[in-house]
Amino acid sequence: MRIVAKGLTYTYNPKSPFASQALKGVDLTIEEGEFFGIIGHTGSGKSTFVQHLNALIRVTGGSLQVGEYDLAAKKCRLTELRSKVGMVFQYPEYQLFAETVEKDVAFGLKNFRKDLDEADRSAAVRAALETVGLDYEEVCDKSPFELSGGQKRRVAIAGVIVTRPEVLILDEPAAGLDPLGKAELMQLLHSIHGDWCKTVIIVSHDMDEIAENCTRAAVFSEGKVVLEGTPAEIFRRAHELILLGLDIPVTAKCALMLKERGICLDTDFTCGDFADKVLALWRAKEGGNAQ
Amino acid sequence: MEAVRFENVKYSYDGGESYAVNGVSLSVREGEFLAVLGRNGSGKSTLAKLVNALLVPAEGRVFVEGMDTTDEKLTFEIRKRAGMVFQNPDNQTVASVVEDDVAFGPENIGVPRDEIGRRIDFALNAVGMQAFRDAAPSRLSGGQKQRIAIAGVLAVRPDIMILDESTAMLDPKGRREVMEVVKKLNKEQGMTVILITHFMDEALQAERAVVMHRGEVVMNGTPEEIFARSEELETFGLTLPRAALVCKRLRAGGMPVAEAFTAEELAEAICASLQRD
Repeated sequence: MRIVAKGLTYTYNPKSPFASQALKGVDLTIEEGEFFGIIGHTGSGKSTFVQHLNALIRVTGGSLQVGEYDLAAKKCRLTELRSKVGMVFQYPEYQLFAETVEKDVAFGLKNFRKDLDEADRSAAVRAALETVGLDYEEVCDKSPFELSGGQKRRVAIAGVIVTRPEVLILDEPAAGLDPLGKAELMQLLHSIHGDWCKTVIIVSHDMDEIAENCTRAAVFSEGKVVLEGTPAEIFRRAHELILLGLDIPVTAKCALMLKERGICLDTDFTCGDFADKVLALWRAKEGGNAQ
Repeated sequence: MEAVRFENVKYSYDGGESYAVNGVSLSVREGEFLAVLGRNGSGKSTLAKLVNALLVPAEGRVFVEGMDTTDEKLTFEIRKRAGMVFQNPDNQTVASVVEDDVAFGPENIGVPRDEIGRRIDFALNAVGMQAFRDAAPSRLSGGQKQRIAIAGVLAVRPDIMILDESTAMLDPKGRREVMEVVKKLNKEQGMTVILITHFMDEALQAERAVVMHRGEVVMNGTPEEIFARSEELETFGLTLPRAALVCKRLRAGGMPVAEAFTAEELAEAICASLQRD
């Protein structure tokens, strides 16, 4: 499903002393099949924007098309849309509630797919749990509260992907995890991307994570998209991000400092590529010296 | 002088079937800035809670400025000396106005009224939040809320501050704000800081770091010493700071570069290597 937002605006508490405009005209297209990153400060409008994508917030200004669904239209098949656009909130493990893992994961399915019988449902739950790297037999009858933090987060994600959404949105999916846990979670998202969910959208503060994982990204600031492109395109304009008060990847920081000293690198800012490009420069110099 | 001493400490949540902290001996100097690293579930938070007697050891002893945490008569005094800041800013506010929130600690230990006023001034000043004295905590950003939580601890005038992943839920700007405050308290007021974190760049700002694994302290040294032992670090489920990762790749490719842990050091090392004749 292709996502096209045009001139999207939104104001919280309109016509009250607390009115605050969170979106001030967002134009953004996310193609089907992307692994898309959304970057921005707290209060930049990024969460307000993603909550529009499955109609948790209804369009009040501008237009938003998600696949065949026109979200600005008065009549939109919301239940159907929400089963196709899955949303994983920040720290989703705090939203687990059922007595068993099986029941928790099956909850969305029960609501969205009333046509399924018990056996079909159970098979879908098994597939979702196995996709997030959990052993179905081992966890299905356990209380979700007995599991470790990392396992709980996986159960929460399984509960969203179980309806096989075409678009999966995750708000800060790796927050609070240790470095290896973060790497494992990103790997998991890549394995979901493609077969399970055509499009994955992550909201992240971690610029290294964006540089290493995303096909494209957008930077939100004060309710608008101010930069958009591949991570390489965005981080090449690192000074603009710094002016916005945002972090940049370590590689981009280093590239800026090298540039000041006359060393230019054409890198995509992943650690691997950055090191390769530096090595290429060094080998060229060594070769020159040898002659 | 020692601020905190762990003597062969064990703690179990399940009556001895498994140990969350399993034989830790550790000494923290007065005025030291110590980072504690380790995977989720490695026992870091249990270690933190053992410092100010939220938990008491099943075996071994913990001493805070010489006071034994198993002695219940000392619990109050220990908590005055060692303050704790937790992970979630929303779980640490008790009042609807910032100044009342900061006053909560001193009020509970019976500090006289006018002294409380002075302590609120001091604490809010130390975290750079004077302008928010009359604000509602619920309308502050995450970084601001954590600074208020730190002010609440400071108002009790502790010598030791323990931060249990206190920056984990913050955005980069909030993280920077909190780290600046913590570093300033350590430098200017000689506050002993025990910082539990998953962020390697935060650990780099400490004087010393320890790595926990399955309830034990398995590495202990300056952050640079610890990150220099990258293979060992990986076996404990931790990764290098990104700059060090790039550095390692460059060396693997045969390029002679000096050790680097930050972007600045990496740029310096690459420059030196590329411009050498």
